[in-house]
Amino acid sequence: MSAQQPPALEVRNITKRFPGVLANDGISFTLEKGEIHAFLGENGAGKSTLMNILYGLYAPDEGEILINGRPVTIRNSADAIALGLGMVHQEYALVDTLTVAENIMLGTEIVSGPLLDERRANQRISQLSREYGLQVPPDALVQDLPVGVQQRVEILKALYRNAEILILDEPTAVLTPQEAEDLFRVMRSLVARGKSIIFISHKLKEVLSIADRITVLRRGRVVGTALPHESTDRTLAVMMVGRSVVLTVDKDESQPGEVVLDVSNLVVLDDRQQVAVDGVSLQVRAGEVLGIAGVQGNGQTELVDAINGLRPVVDGRVCIAEQETTTAAPRHISELGVAYIPEDRKGTGLVLAYPIADNLVLSTYYRSPFARGMRILANTIEEQARKLVKEFDIRTPSIWTTAGSLSGGNQQKIIVAREFSRPIKLLVASQPTRGIDVGSIEFIHRSIIQQRDDGVAVLVVSAELDEVLALSDRIAVMYKGKILAVLPQPEATRERLGLLMAGITDEHPSEEKVNGSTG
Amino acid sequence: MAVQVDVPLAPTRRHRAAALFRAALVPALAILTALVIGAIIIWFSAPSNRGTRLEVVVAAYRGLFAGAFGSRVAIANTLVEATPYILAGLAVTVAFKCGLFNIGAEGQLFMGALASTTVGFTITGLPAIIHLPLALIAGAVAAGLWGAIPGYLRARTGAHEVITTIMFNFIAFRLVDYFIVSGPLRDRRASLPRTPFIQANAQLPRFVGPLEPANLTGGQEYRPLIVTTDPGWNIRLHLGFLIALLAVWIIWWLLNRTTTGFEIRTVGANPEAARYAGMSITKNFVLTMALSGALAGLAGAGQALGLERNMKSLFSSGYGFDSIAIALLARSNPIAIIPAAIFWGALNTGKGEMQALTGISSDLIRIIQALVIMFVAADQIVRWIFRIRQAHGEQMVFSRGWGK
Repeated sequence: MSAQQPPALEVRNITKRFPGVLANDGISFTLEKGEIHAFLGENGAGKSTLMNILYGLYAPDEGEILINGRPVTIRNSADAIALGLGMVHQEYALVDTLTVAENIMLGTEIVSGPLLDERRANQRISQLSREYGLQVPPDALVQDLPVGVQQRVEILKALYRNAEILILDEPTAVLTPQEAEDLFRVMRSLVARGKSIIFISHKLKEVLSIADRITVLRRGRVVGTALPHESTDRTLAVMMVGRSVVLTVDKDESQPGEVVLDVSNLVVLDDRQQVAVDGVSLQVRAGEVLGIAGVQGNGQTELVDAINGLRPVVDGRVCIAEQETTTAAPRHISELGVAYIPEDRKGTGLVLAYPIADNLVLSTYYRSPFARGMRILANTIEEQARKLVKEFDIRTPSIWTTAGSLSGGNQQKIIVAREFSRPIKLLVASQPTRGIDVGSIEFIHRSIIQQRDDGVAVLVVSAELDEVLALSDRIAVMYKGKILAVLPQPEATRERLGLLMAGITDEHPSEEKVNGSTG
Repeated sequence: MAVQVDVPLAPTRRHRAAALFRAALVPALAILTALVIGAIIIWFSAPSNRGTRLEVVVAAYRGLFAGAFGSRVAIANTLVEATPYILAGLAVTVAFKCGLFNIGAEGQLFMGALASTTVGFTITGLPAIIHLPLALIAGAVAAGLWGAIPGYLRARTGAHEVITTIMFNFIAFRLVDYFIVSGPLRDRRASLPRTPFIQANAQLPRFVGPLEPANLTGGQEYRPLIVTTDPGWNIRLHLGFLIALLAVWIIWWLLNRTTTGFEIRTVGANPEAARYAGMSITKNFVLTMALSGALAGLAGAGQALGLERNMKSLFSSGYGFDSIAIALLARSNPIAIIPAAIFWGALNTGKGEMQALTGISSDLIRIIQALVIMFVAADQIVRWIFRIRQAHGEQMVFSRGWGK
């Protein structure tokens, strides 16, 4: 790489306005050939807008884009692909029922006459996967693959279309620590072979470990560019939010009281009727936080769904506040004083087409003071909304704004506000801060600890080890539908949890099925 | 296909006005576009002996308008035509709100008419204040039950309501045929297959007009609310129109101001979130389809008790099917059903005069109606023609995929 070589990508003064918002305000940066350039920023900082401009999905109002020193106009994603840009979105654009090879060549099929030439396509795919260390099974159906492998398919798809510049949007959000390590290895081998990577993330530690340069965005502007060896997660966090942030949650020793949630030998099936929760027993006491760590897809979703009455229990029982709720309806459970922050914010927790005010009463609309008989009392709903928007710092132009038009962090605050606005005994929070900005994470974490200190029993499920470590008094690790161990927080080191999350216990060093639990 | 999303529970007035304008814009332009294309069709199909092509186009639309709104009788006929459209359109709308596509309005309308007519002629000696409500309720309940069955099947077995309601249409048609062609409800003295005339006390009275001559009404004396022999006031508009307007208000209130409506709309907007919030999908599917069926049944009851006074085997001219178009045109807004239904009714009543004045086939109206539906359903076409940007979050899926 000579210093005279033009940068692979140069962006000069990009400005993009949306009605009422300046999403990108004079953004400039360069991406050198063979560089991993990370973009950090809270939700709404303008990262996605910028990437969508690069990928031709939005037209910039001002500014220019240069590729290899030549100014280009990118009108749509086809232009972007032709210019050697490849994008891996947060939600993968794969067809579940097609094979890996079919997905990769989709849209750029190699044909012989009217037929697909799968042999030649497969050759090309295996060659690419060897070259970059991206192992994929070309004949497997995408739906049968773990997310980490699906992501590799997405990257291969971009490489197959001769991408020179890869844009990875929050690629580690759904990966295990081990899968993330694999991804970083692949990223290093890509840049070693002259590709350039734009890496978008919220996770400070990752960015510090993988990036060559880090650009921090805030409110549509570049706050600064940092080099990893000159930065710490604290300095980056300050740049991101513009003030210093508490990365750990300050909390006192817990004062556990009586058992509020008592789950014994629970068996629950997943959507494909396979056993997902395999004989789980756990107890959560008033005034303590039990964290469930584990890689996603090890039964956590099914466990919390079953506790909340949203999924039938096959065997075992659930008691909440000394009442058996194994077969109770969701409303009955919620009326016992159970708050539930669901994993899927947009799909389950909110009605995106509804205004904030309606979402804030989604589970309480039918009772006093929001309804009298069958009549909905719009005034009290409005009052409640104004109160909660202020109290929970939901940033919105109006309480009538639809939930769908808010950022992830503010959407999550709506759910938290709604669930905490009624008297509760048990809080079940599933991935409470996934994909949201640091400021909102801090706020939600403090709210959860506040509930604990008020005597609420809290069950937190999170794929983020840092989150589980910061919030929990005890930590359970779930693997293949079982609880492998429950550790008191002080004994739970990242290393120990990481091994347990991979299914490796002290007694069973290999990845075998483990019965019972330790700790 | 997509329709306008809900108006929030308690929006500000300015917010509501803006939302109303946005919601009305595309349907209004869809109608305009369809009429322009209709004009082009008239231009090319104009007969040579009626003046220049432009004159024919002008005369055709002038005739259409005069036929629908040109006189007191014309206006009354338009509103009479709009009455079943309002009720059945409302039926389809309510189902849309819950994410259900009720194609069974026609069959439910038949069941409602059959039940109302039966109560109307079999029971005698009741005062009107009891007999008429009884007959109306019978129609609503029968059709409500008829509609609830597909709702239940959908909730419990996943059988898609589009399929089952279509099936239930055919069952309803054949059932009605059985009862009034060969079955027990046929008037044996009549040469055509039909039921006997309803009791005068079960009629939905006309507002103004002459007494209907007893020799045409099977011996019953149907008395309007105000009796006059003035031929300018011989109009068919009946109490059913007011019932339809009342139904619009009730449904609007139910959907927007009650917990029941909140549940229906939430299940429609996001069933996952509804379940999470403790709402019962089954209950709301069944309830919504029952309500939808009841409204369609009222449409049938209105036709039977207010116009026909009996039930023939060929009873409805597709009011239940056209009501789907009206619900689309009104973008699932209960209030907007009224202008949409009147527009549809006006096309139907005005087309005769259009044909008489210009020799253009009244089938042209069917083409215009089809174009309106097309432009409303594929609203991107209209948005493209008139360069209207889509507001964020404006789209709503009103019927989901098969199964699930």
